[in-house]
Amino acid sequence: MAPPAEVLAVRGLSKTFPGVRALDDVDLTVHAGEVHALIGENGAGKSTLIKLLTGVYRPDAGRISFQGREVSFETPLEAQKAGISTIYQEVNLIPLLSVARNLFLGREPRTRLGLLDFARMNREADEILRTYGVRVDVRQSLRTLGVGAQQMVALARAVATEARVVIMDEPTSSLEPREVETLFTVIRRLRDEGIAVIYVSHRLDELYAVCSKVTVLRDGRRVHHGDLADLDRIDLVSTMLGRELGEVRAEGQTKFSGEHLIADDQPVLSARELSARHKLHGVSLDIRPGEVVGLGGLLGSGRTETAKAISGSLALSSGAVTVAGVPLRGGSTPAAIRAGISLLPEDRKSEGIVPGLSVRENIALAVLPRLSRFGLVSESRVDGIVDTFMKRLRIKASSPHQKVGELSGGNQQKVLLARWLAMNPKVLLLDEPTRGIDVGAKAEVQKLVDELAADGLGVLLISSDLEELIEGSDRVVVLKDGAVVGELTGDDVTEDQLMRTIAGEAPPRGTPEEAVTHG
Amino acid sequence: MSVTKTDAPMVTASNEPTDATEPAGSARSERLSALVQQHGALAVLVIVSLVASFSFDSFATGDNITNMATSSAFLAIVALGMTFVIITGGIDLSVGSLFALGGVLAAWGSRHGTLVALLLPLAVCGLIGVVNGLLVARSRLAPFIVTLAAMLGARGLMLALTDEGANTYLIAKGSFLAELGQGSTLGLGNPVWITLALFGAGAVVLRRTRFGQHVYAVGGNEDAAALMGAPVARTKILVYTLSGLLAGLAGALNAAWLASGVTILGNGMELDAISAVVIGGTLLTGGLGYVSGSLVGVLLLKVIQNVINQIGSLDSSYQLVVSGAFLALVVIAQTWLGRRRRLM
Amino acid sequence: MAEATLRTAPLDKARVLQWLQTYGVYAGVALLLVVNIVITPHFLSAENFRTQAVQVAPVIIVALGMALVIGTEGVDLSVGAVMALAASATALYLGYGLLPALLVVALFAAGVGLANGALVAFVGVQPIVATLALMVGGRGLALVLLPQLEDLRNPALASLGSGDALGFPYLILIAAGLALLVAFVVRRTTFGRQLLAIGDSRPAAELAGLPVRRVLILVYVACALLAAVAGVLATARLQASDPTSLGNLMELSAITAVVVGGTPLTGGRVNIAGTVAGAVLIQLLTATLIKHDLPPSWTQIAQAIVIVCAVYAARGRGKR
Repeated sequence: MAPPAEVLAVRGLSKTFPGVRALDDVDLTVHAGEVHALIGENGAGKSTLIKLLTGVYRPDAGRISFQGREVSFETPLEAQKAGISTIYQEVNLIPLLSVARNLFLGREPRTRLGLLDFARMNREADEILRTYGVRVDVRQSLRTLGVGAQQMVALARAVATEARVVIMDEPTSSLEPREVETLFTVIRRLRDEGIAVIYVSHRLDELYAVCSKVTVLRDGRRVHHGDLADLDRIDLVSTMLGRELGEVRAEGQTKFSGEHLIADDQPVLSARELSARHKLHGVSLDIRPGEVVGLGGLLGSGRTETAKAISGSLALSSGAVTVAGVPLRGGSTPAAIRAGISLLPEDRKSEGIVPGLSVRENIALAVLPRLSRFGLVSESRVDGIVDTFMKRLRIKASSPHQKVGELSGGNQQKVLLARWLAMNPKVLLLDEPTRGIDVGAKAEVQKLVDELAADGLGVLLISSDLEELIEGSDRVVVLKDGAVVGELTGDDVTEDQLMRTIAGEAPPRGTPEEAVTHG
Repeated sequence: MSVTKTDAPMVTASNEPTDATEPAGSARSERLSALVQQHGALAVLVIVSLVASFSFDSFATGDNITNMATSSAFLAIVALGMTFVIITGGIDLSVGSLFALGGVLAAWGSRHGTLVALLLPLAVCGLIGVVNGLLVARSRLAPFIVTLAAMLGARGLMLALTDEGANTYLIAKGSFLAELGQGSTLGLGNPVWITLALFGAGAVVLRRTRFGQHVYAVGGNEDAAALMGAPVARTKILVYTLSGLLAGLAGALNAAWLASGVTILGNGMELDAISAVVIGGTLLTGGLGYVSGSLVGVLLLKVIQNVINQIGSLDSSYQLVVSGAFLALVVIAQTWLGRRRRLM
Repeated sequence: MAEATLRTAPLDKARVLQWLQTYGVYAGVALLLVVNIVITPHFLSAENFRTQAVQVAPVIIVALGMALVIGTEGVDLSVGAVMALAASATALYLGYGLLPALLVVALFAAGVGLANGALVAFVGVQPIVATLALMVGGRGLALVLLPQLEDLRNPALASLGSGDALGFPYLILIAAGLALLVAFVVRRTTFGRQLLAIGDSRPAAELAGLPVRRVLILVYVACALLAAVAGVLATARLQASDPTSLGNLMELSAITAVVVGGTPLTGGRVNIAGTVAGAVLIQLLTATLIKHDLPPSWTQIAQAIVIVCAVYAARGRGKR
């Protein structure tokens, strides 16, 4: 038997965005009937690669051959017509249309009069979906289906439009375990039908369950490729994160100074059993004044959601947050801010900065009512605050009146930090505070966080940069699939232990249950 | 593809009782909300009509009913075009002006024969619709500002044609055009029959053609529709063109009915049309809607207007207050129902 | 900015557009002034300027409120109806004296603004639709209160409409005062800053803990109050209350003034000086056409074209 044909071959693909080399000379080979894991942390270049494959972006260099022909897609539609379909996390169908219509949009069966033949369409839709394990009334609108069933419809549509390669971007992020099983069954069937699947996920169990090959990206480069079976979990995690197991560093490269003195044993923030549908399952943690608590885990493990839940911007189905012993009521952002919780959101550009306003106005935005009398802003007090923080945080802007949207990422982040420090918060939640900012600014932000903690602030630090997380945190709470799976304290706060905990091996000291109960 | 073999475990709708976070009654309440959204207007129409016919002797008379039917016809034709536009998630504020312009053009053109009288308004109003569509779809300008400008421009054009509104063109008695507007067949006015035919055709186009599917798809999720291969720009251009054509046709028929191109008509008609469409269960945010609902919406508005007229002490200004309040109420109700159904 | 001058042709086009968006309105006003001085007889008379200024004053006042609403990425179509409502209420309550009448007008306007704001901020209705409902309902209410034109004979009102102070008509002074006030509010108050932040990035404003709903409601109330002021002033000038036609198409003139003046429909920026200049531009355009015996229908068509061009030119601005 001849080896399966190469259906997709990518050679030397590169893509640069202003200031970032997102993808650097990357190769990828996918054969027919292969389930290929594509993994990497945030910023590794996965999504850039997918967007290049599907015609959203055009490469700066390199070639893509598909089924033996060199291709260059102008639009996602073109890629899809050629046979490369993508199933996104957010299902890209039309929720208000019926299931059958979604499945058949653009190629509906018609009667002799040229009108749509709904009887036939519904019958065929029902038949097709049954083979995907979806048994629903295909006449009802798509949105009444669960996410898993919607994904099946998207998948069925892709296959029906003769896809040869199906790219699945975190398909299981909002699925129930039962639905995941169904998805795997379908993926295996696609594989047997000779369709190639590129599977992007951070859930290791899933990768090992369905994938045969793996390509690992890091910082825009391909750092590993081959059979998944040849790579055990801990190696996979260390390859992905770029850390050698057992590698001992004489000295850290981050500016974090390490341990802080914890003066007070009373937690300034305590979160109990936070749960949100599909996202969090009973997360509890405490932060004491002067302490930096790291939140570890892979992408999609519930780190961002935990921070958002604490800051009142993610609706909880159950759970409670107390600040300095006072329970937080209402679960609204203003209430959390009043109580002294400040969040630096992960998505700095769309949820953090107000791009069209100046540095000065962005810094003063939250604290403005405190600087005003009868609604009139005291410009001198604003200037005072802005001046203080621009100096203290060394914000580089042509003037306080420059638009924040024009600043570099690092300076934008400092502006946000200034906005919250001006509020005199008790707890600072930092979600990827140094992502996408240059090395110098990164060191400055890290040093600043250190100083703030030394001043008695409670800090929750989320970072995909292991070194930053380990060196910056006094303790690390590890999340997986929206639940706490371990906690590293004292001498256990090491990259090794963290990777082992993430990979699900040898939980440190306390079992997860104990970790939850004592903090 | 193999059909008989079902080798995967079953996935069913999310509102199965196995899903613990979803209350068990939600499927029923969802269906109820959907029912209210789709047929609420019809129920209200029946109730209002029944109450009115018991309260006012002159309401349920043959004359009053045929009168109401005929006067509803013109608004209904405009609302039909608006239904398509709103389902794509857009809005067309120019229909009132196009209605007036269509009437004037028809009356002006009637001197050159019925064909000109019908084709001229269709051509001019259709062209303005095309321009609206191009600006919305290709230049990506906000529909409300584009059609607001078109509303002003079309009214200006109409005034320019009529010597600043001073000139009213007449349609000769006994011409085919006058017969089309004023005559009746089987006891119902011709405009009513034309309206019914147009709604029948509109329903078939919307529900049973690919173009109709595209209209829903564009309004439901524009980006997804584009990814699924729907011609987004073409669909948008077509719906604005259709809306222009139908507004022009309604104006022409109305002129034929009145035997003249009255220049002061059509003010605020865009609101009545939008109200009728929304009352009929079409979602303002797009993606969901019914042609039949818009017809019911128009009838409901006209019945309420008739009732206000029957109450002698209320003058016609109350009609505006009621229209505005009614639209606000319907929009609030729709938003509420939509949230319950998680449509928005 | 030095590097900007070195850029090549396609970017030059972008720069020209940028320049046009910011200064085009002033250039347009200047151009129309020059053209009129050359071709229109008796244009350069104090009397003419006075007439033009008095005519444009109500539009400026309405446009100020509209600019605030557009700054939050909204729009208010009910301003014309509020003017009519103000005219009706003035006529009805003038018997109790001017001040009580004005108070009642303010109450009516605040009611409309509250309804608009509540529909937008709490119910989540799109601003166009919410204010469309009030546009029709408000006009209807104005007509219910006062079914037809009514002449008003009140010395206080008359002097408000046609009196002077320091050689300037009250109308102009009030419009100028309000423009300064609104500019001050936008620049120097908490409310103004919060308004811009909400219009620029609502998610960021919400995460920063701003009182988003309260600000939105206040914006619509302010817009309605300004429209009511314009309605009272227009009524005072006419010495008659005309709820049927007062404020017709005013929403369009106001939106045009705002957009032509360089405030983008996408929110986050409010240009008050530009808005005033935008209103003046349209007034001059209309006056030019009328003075050369072109009928009002032409001015409507011209205005429609100006709107589309202004929106088209401002198209790229929203995407920062």
